[in-house]
Amino acid sequence: MKVRLVDIAHARSGDKGDTANVGVIAMRSEWYPLIARHLTRDRVARHFQGMIDGDVERYELPNLDALNFLLHGALGGGGTLSLKTDAQGKVFSTALLRMVLDVPDEEVRRLELPRGDE
Amino acid sequence: MSRIVRVAAGQGFWGDWLEAPRRQVEGGPIDYLMLDYLAEVTMSILQKQKERDPAMGYARDFVGAMESVFPAVAERGVRVIANAGGVNPPAAAAAVYDAARKHGVSDRIRIGVVTGDNILPRIEELIASGHALANMDTGEPLSTIRERVLSANAYIGAGPIVEALRQGANVVITGRSTDTALTMAPLLHEFEWKRDDWNRLAAGIIAGHIIECGAQCSGGNCLFDWRNIPDLANVGYPIVEATADGTFHVTKHPNTGGRISRHTVIEQLVYEMGNPHEYITPDVIADFTSINVENAGPDRVRVFGITGKAPTDKLKVSIAYRAGFKAIGTLVYAWPDAIEKAQVADRVLRQRLDRLGLRFDEIHTEFLGATATHGALAGDGRDAPEIQLRIGVRSGDRATVERFTREIAPLVLNGPPSVTGFAGGRPKTEEVVAYWPALIDKREITTHVEMLAR
Repeated sequence: MKVRLVDIAHARSGDKGDTANVGVIAMRSEWYPLIARHLTRDRVARHFQGMIDGDVERYELPNLDALNFLLHGALGGGGTLSLKTDAQGKVFSTALLRMVLDVPDEEVRRLELPRGDE
Repeated sequence: MSRIVRVAAGQGFWGDWLEAPRRQVEGGPIDYLMLDYLAEVTMSILQKQKERDPAMGYARDFVGAMESVFPAVAERGVRVIANAGGVNPPAAAAAVYDAARKHGVSDRIRIGVVTGDNILPRIEELIASGHALANMDTGEPLSTIRERVLSANAYIGAGPIVEALRQGANVVITGRSTDTALTMAPLLHEFEWKRDDWNRLAAGIIAGHIIECGAQCSGGNCLFDWRNIPDLANVGYPIVEATADGTFHVTKHPNTGGRISRHTVIEQLVYEMGNPHEYITPDVIADFTSINVENAGPDRVRVFGITGKAPTDKLKVSIAYRAGFKAIGTLVYAWPDAIEKAQVADRVLRQRLDRLGLRFDEIHTEFLGATATHGALAGDGRDAPEIQLRIGVRSGDRATVERFTREIAPLVLNGPPSVTGFAGGRPKTEEVVAYWPALIDKREITTHVEMLAR
């Protein structure tokens, strides 16, 4: 079953030079393991393909029900050098939340996940 | 019950809500008012202002903020800690002192001025003695841009702020102190934490990180349940209520809007986060994976269990340098086929720039309303009611950028149709002042505290 990440997580992003960080937070603690399982480094790198030039780093913060991604080469040089509207990476957060996850029906029911087709 | 020290955030950046400092001192009891004014590029703006006028170079909003809180400082013992000094803390102190005289409270104001972070005058000497001040991102040595450097400041820690408080300052003005030190210093001072009590120092740093962006932890810019966050017009700025063991609550004054919950606080915790295991500050390295956050009542969150370890022997240095010129032009194209018209306009413009022989370090086109911020993830923008074409260029040569700015308006009559939104006139060419992060040995930096009082 399709589950939209935006329905089960929230996020905030910011910048450090030409790197954007995206912190993704499970809306409920019991949803964190599922999110951590799906949001691998590779999956996130694929998601942002074409939007970033560099690597993706991934960190787990189970204490905060959160993952932190560093997206290198995301901001067109970063800071004042950047010509982008989102020069400080403020809305990479919601760009990540566009991801849609394939979750087994049983797990959707057990975790009471909002379904993407609703 | 153990003693509580309350640190309230009144500004999260230069340009933040002018009402916030006064609301923080009037809305309920606080011990310290923390005002954070400095972002990465702020120092260079202030340096330019100081070059034009030696009495400038600090965040001028700060004087108005102080005027709005003088009664609390003079009569109720609230102490203010601010990095409003920018590249000229003594000038900020003088301006506040003048304002205090006008308000008849100068006999009750003791200003502690922290200096020593500015290494601009020592750049030659430092490079000559083998300090590369290499760019932390690219590895390039500073010598490659030496003649274009505008400002250079070391991020300094809590030490000199604590010293100023110890000497009885009720207003502490610093230059490039770290944002987090402004909150950690009063806790270190009040609870007499040892300078190697890493866990407690880390707790103070995390407290600082949570409130350093003002309302961004109390419901502002909060995505979680954003529709239901109450009364943002009356948003309450955050307050840390700390105890000696390093445990603290984050809350806000009663009868204010916004929200403080585990969700709003965690959103702020992940903001601008790097490696969460090592949040490096001059005083301590904090571990974000040790933080426990739990709801502790309405608009109240408890934070505890934080660990830290000894810092490195380096300080980060914020260097600003001239990096050419840029300009950004925009036009709006309307339905039907708004995105295609905008795309054609972009092509036409680029052909003209090319035929003029203009060469840019970078030229960047965005289609706002379609793909500007979310790229292809957002779809293709077909059927959009309108699309803003936004083209930016950057070059080391001002004349090249100037010429670009003349090429936007003609498109209104000699490009694709259904175009509007050009009332702002020709794009402005602006100088780019870029940021160069570097490291320096701690022993090269000596801070000073000077007291200014009647």
